[in-house]
Amino acid sequence: MSVELDVFVGNTTIMDKEVYQLWLNGYTVNDAVKVRIEGGVMEECEASAEVLLSDTMDQYRTFQMCERLLHHPAKLANQLLFQIPPDRQAMLIERYYAFDDLFVREVLGKKLSKGTKKDLDDVSTKTGITLKSCRRQFDNFKRVFKVVEELKGPLVENIRQHFLLPDQLARDYAAIVFFANNRFETGKKKLQYLTFQDFAFCAGQLINNWTLGAVDNMMEDMDVDLDKEFLQDLKDLKILITDKDLLDQHKSLVCTALRGKTNVYNEMEANFKNLSRGLVNIAAKLINAKDVRDFFIDLVEKFIEPCRSDKWTSIDMNLYLTHYTNSAHILDTFKHHAVWTRYMGVIKSCILRLYHD
Amino acid sequence: MPGKLKAKIVAGRHLPVMDRASDLTDAFVEVKFGNTTFKTDVYPKSLNPQWNSEWFKFEVDDEDLQDEPLQITVLDHDTYSANDAIGKVYIDIDPLLCSEAATVISGWLPIYDTIHGIRGEINVLVKVDLFNDLNRFRQSSCGVKFFCTTSIPRCYRAIMVHGFVEELVVNEDPEYQWIDRIRTPRASNEARQRLIFLMSGELQRKIGLKVLEMGGNAVVGYLQCFDLEGESGLVVRAIGTACTLEKISTFPATATHPSNSSPSKDMKEPVFGEEAPGVPLSSGPPTPLRAQTFSSFSPSKSYSRQSSSSDTELSLTPKTGMGSGGSAGKDAGPLKALLKQQTQSALEQREYPFFTLTVFPPGFLLHVGGVVSARSVKLLDRIHNPDEPETRDAWWEEIRQEIKSHAKSLGCHAVVGYSESTSICEEVCILSASGTAAILSSRFMQDGPLDTELRFEEVVSPGCGFCHIPYDELNIPFPAQLTYCYCCRRYKVPDVLFTTIDLPTEASVTGKGCLIQARLCRTKKKAQGEVNATAISNLLPFLEYELHTQLMNKLKLRGMNALFGLRIQISVGETMLLGLASATGVYLTALPSPGGIQIVGKTPSDITYEQHISNMQKKINDTITKNKELYEINPPEVVEEIIGSPIPEPRQRSRLFRSHSESSDDVSEIDLSHGKKDAFVLEIDDTDAVEDIHALLTDSPTPAGFYSCNTEIMPGIQNWTSAIQMFTSVRVFRLNANLTNQGLNKIFSDLCENLLKSLYFKLRSMVPCCLCHLNFTVAIPEDELIQVAVTAVALSFDKEQTLENGKQSGEKTPIKAITENDEQLQFNLELNAETSSSSISPKGLSEVGSHPSARAPSVDYSSFADRCSSWIEQLKLKAHTIRRGSVKTTSSMEKASPLPEGRSRSLRSNRSYSGSSVAVVKMTPLSFIPGAKIIKYLGIINMFFIRETSSLREEGGVSGFLHTFIAEVFAMVRAHVAALGGNAVVSYSMKECVFMENPNKNQAQCLINVSGDAVIFVRESELELTSVQPQSATTQTSNGGEGT
Repeated sequence: MSVELDVFVGNTTIMDKEVYQLWLNGYTVNDAVKVRIEGGVMEECEASAEVLLSDTMDQYRTFQMCERLLHHPAKLANQLLFQIPPDRQAMLIERYYAFDDLFVREVLGKKLSKGTKKDLDDVSTKTGITLKSCRRQFDNFKRVFKVVEELKGPLVENIRQHFLLPDQLARDYAAIVFFANNRFETGKKKLQYLTFQDFAFCAGQLINNWTLGAVDNMMEDMDVDLDKEFLQDLKDLKILITDKDLLDQHKSLVCTALRGKTNVYNEMEANFKNLSRGLVNIAAKLINAKDVRDFFIDLVEKFIEPCRSDKWTSIDMNLYLTHYTNSAHILDTFKHHAVWTRYMGVIKSCILRLYHD
Repeated sequence: MPGKLKAKIVAGRHLPVMDRASDLTDAFVEVKFGNTTFKTDVYPKSLNPQWNSEWFKFEVDDEDLQDEPLQITVLDHDTYSANDAIGKVYIDIDPLLCSEAATVISGWLPIYDTIHGIRGEINVLVKVDLFNDLNRFRQSSCGVKFFCTTSIPRCYRAIMVHGFVEELVVNEDPEYQWIDRIRTPRASNEARQRLIFLMSGELQRKIGLKVLEMGGNAVVGYLQCFDLEGESGLVVRAIGTACTLEKISTFPATATHPSNSSPSKDMKEPVFGEEAPGVPLSSGPPTPLRAQTFSSFSPSKSYSRQSSSSDTELSLTPKTGMGSGGSAGKDAGPLKALLKQQTQSALEQREYPFFTLTVFPPGFLLHVGGVVSARSVKLLDRIHNPDEPETRDAWWEEIRQEIKSHAKSLGCHAVVGYSESTSICEEVCILSASGTAAILSSRFMQDGPLDTELRFEEVVSPGCGFCHIPYDELNIPFPAQLTYCYCCRRYKVPDVLFTTIDLPTEASVTGKGCLIQARLCRTKKKAQGEVNATAISNLLPFLEYELHTQLMNKLKLRGMNALFGLRIQISVGETMLLGLASATGVYLTALPSPGGIQIVGKTPSDITYEQHISNMQKKINDTITKNKELYEINPPEVVEEIIGSPIPEPRQRSRLFRSHSESSDDVSEIDLSHGKKDAFVLEIDDTDAVEDIHALLTDSPTPAGFYSCNTEIMPGIQNWTSAIQMFTSVRVFRLNANLTNQGLNKIFSDLCENLLKSLYFKLRSMVPCCLCHLNFTVAIPEDELIQVAVTAVALSFDKEQTLENGKQSGEKTPIKAITENDEQLQFNLELNAETSSSSISPKGLSEVGSHPSARAPSVDYSSFADRCSSWIEQLKLKAHTIRRGSVKTTSSMEKASPLPEGRSRSLRSNRSYSGSSVAVVKMTPLSFIPGAKIIKYLGIINMFFIRETSSLREEGGVSGFLHTFIAEVFAMVRAHVAALGGNAVVSYSMKECVFMENPNKNQAQCLINVSGDAVIFVRESELELTSVQPQSATTQTSNGGEGT
């Protein structure tokens, strides 16, 4: 004796948010039923385990049928098969494209290739996220990447329009795409303390200031790639450290400005040349794709770690970077003001974000 | 050449990839009607082709227009090999043929393939130019409106109810033709789909002709079914009620506003009330009828083994014009009914006094006798000549005669809530018909003579009138216990009433109702041919008897005294018979309170046994008490008086009349009275009975917040919100071999119970809510498989608003009395009545009460108050006013701004899809949409689909396959309704869901037939707004319309 077939179809498709989440999390039907039983739905609704199993299977089937539509969210609004209220549609999409911070930290900056996908079982064991869920998240990244890669115009806007995602989620995806495209290294031990949101913030800065799209929306190319011309120009900044006079002048200007205003003045004064060299060298090297990948590593190694060992506070950091940036403009022989501003603006906000007290 | 059909193919979208190399498709479209085919150009390399074709014009007879569907085929062009079909769309153009229905079909329709399901959508425009042709001998019946709704459609008024129309057409089933051996499954499925479309069209046209001949202009309660008889053919049959309808032109003036600016795609929509009687309607008095297809019974080789019994009466069938019909029910002697009928048939046989309606215009239904049903077991034989479907006609004729005679023996001249069904297994076919014997008012009927026969002409209070017995109390056709009506005290009523109709809106009911089901399984030996048929016929009476007993017991257990919407389905399989009876139990205030159930043991010797019995008795009593509480059944205490029962001892008995063809020659109604047992006594004589009682008690109660019924409305609940959810659920259960009857019963009962439980769980977010029109269908698709399909709608209602609403309407209308216990006390008095409550006298009350109650089925307090001057009433009235006062204080704040609230609620439910291009289409098996007004009927939706797969596992197994298919069927229904310009389907039903699987071959096939009425509705809140603020409301409705 067994139920051979069991379906329920509503004119308005019924979807339970809780079961949807369990499905997204990659639970098997049986595991999902267990979770639901523990959650106490049964007592609430005078239901039996049998009823719960039937409902869960039915919901899972519905989600599976919807999944191919969710791959192209715009289709969800245009399809005729399921009558789903718009708020529900938005919920379905948003949750389908939501991802775990733990997971994204593992693949951020990696090439979204078959090879990476093969390694997902390791990621799954490491993070405790089911393989199924890892695959969905990975496939989402890849799908978004493939679609926007070819598109012109602002990255975030493209993602929002094509995948009907809420603003914040679209920004996060922009960060993921941007990282994947530029292959920024984020997995090194030294970077482990950083969260996805730290990187997403930096990605936002980079996209808004350093890409081609940042200067001209009408450009053929778009937000995914860094502005090559700008990177070229960054080499000119080297003068700040190669020219001994300029370096000394810069240092004295910053020191004058900071004297008495910070507790780490001595450390700062002692380290100024090293720190300045660090930042300018990063700038000068960005023209090489390989060095772009190490951008965050370099920032941490060359600037953040020395400051942290000297016990700078965020306020010290902010003060220093402000004056360091501004003083350069006063240097009489320094001509590259625009590039400097564009460079330091991003560097400053990134460092402030990446510097955890 | 009276019609020109025009079609334009605009565009396609979401097409499947047909060319693997390019990942694209080179699509073109073939448009076919009859034998004419047009093609569009090939739109190369696109999944979203824009054909934007010219108008393809078909000049055709209106006969063809009615019969044929427009067939649109989307293909992929292939230079080197044959073009691949992507899929098809069948468009029923019937709605365009009626001036009052839709004027254009325009929209995105799913492209459907029987193997792959929906494959993208196509945007089409279809119009019809019809030239009027008043040829009397024409074969078409354009202009006759069809409604699935089994009541007078909401925006019409019945001028005349003509009566029963029926027709059937037969054909060979393409699936069983020799050619099927060499063609693909796709070709075979498409041939079948097309054939059924054609046959439905033809059937509808023929019924339409009959309606025109009768002088009507519409068919209401149109019920079309098809019988897949396998080798022996395909039968499509339909019954309905011919009416003359008139559109209500006194539609509130404000309502024309939203309609003019109505956003419906129907650009040409005319102003309301435009509708004078349509072209063919005003055809005046009916012309004498020509011979009808069903008129003569030739004693052809019939496999019915009882044909001898009815040959005589059926061959005496001279037809006469309807105007000269004789009196229908003068002969009271019920047992002689059939005899007399033979002589009478000459007068009245041209028309069966049957009505497929279940809800009636006020004043039409006078009295209800009880359920009448007839079944017959037949052996199928190949249909040799499709043009002469005599055998099948004769079969039904026999059954209808039987029904008619049963009705007569109940002293009734009509049968209402009439329906017919079949169950087929291999070559055995059970034909069933059932209805409710009734006496109708002549008000809507042409047959004058009926008047003379009305014994209950005087107007009695509508709340109880229909319960008064129509038969002669000294000559009751069955043992019955009669009492004076508990409402009016003037006429006699039975103690239990079973009917197949909906609860009349004016009926006074105490408490709420609930779904009551009797379920039964009976094993049977495998057999062939005659032996098998005999075995089945022998089993049927027992099956019905037990179902009836179960129903009666369950009814008592709930403390109720009447069943509405009774539907007994008997399904036949190779090794078993399934019986499922569903009905909605209620407590009719007019009928006496049901006694309890008493258990009596047969062997009183054993003490433990005695104890066991008393335990059980206690359980039963507890359950009854609990149920009374649950359903709020607190009938007013009245002194019991049993009068005029000709039978000395009160007995349990039945109003179920049935007979089987085996026994029809001696007009035996199987007497369902429980022999010598006392009323409501259950005798436990063997383990079976113990099991029965256990089964009785294991029906689990509905969870808190849920109510259920299989009728249109639930008594005691009024304030529906606009949240509705229609659903279909199907379960197939595999049984183990070698089960006993009892084991089977338990499994079957559990299956139904669990299904209900699942539904409650699924719909828990809608609580408080009521599952209405719960329609169960059972089938035995194979040996050891039981299939149960349910279609119903969940309506949520507002608990908190009950009082508030009551208040509001109470202020608008001078009287309002609901029979709920609390509301009952909410007797309506104007505010100032509170201060003068001490001076209320019955006289003053009756004044108040004389205003007609505007809403809500209510106790008729006017007549009540008239009569009752007793001190009890006085006391009650005081209680009313006191309660009333307190209610007022609590609710006065809530009602501060009723309008904005209503508005916001409707907006929420309207779900205006701002961002999406897909219109929301509501579906419901009910004939109405709560909180909304149906402003236009666009035509009947009658669709038939086949889906087949040979990759069952890949499609998610049987459940995945059927889930997708049902979703696809819903999608296609919605799309066609939207294309007609509608935003809802009412009276929706899934009449057939035949599922077959072969997991070993990884194959499955399913056939689904659905029907309903496409309508445009407008929210009542929007209508109200228009009267307040025409300007803003217009924009709002158009927004809503566009969105919805």
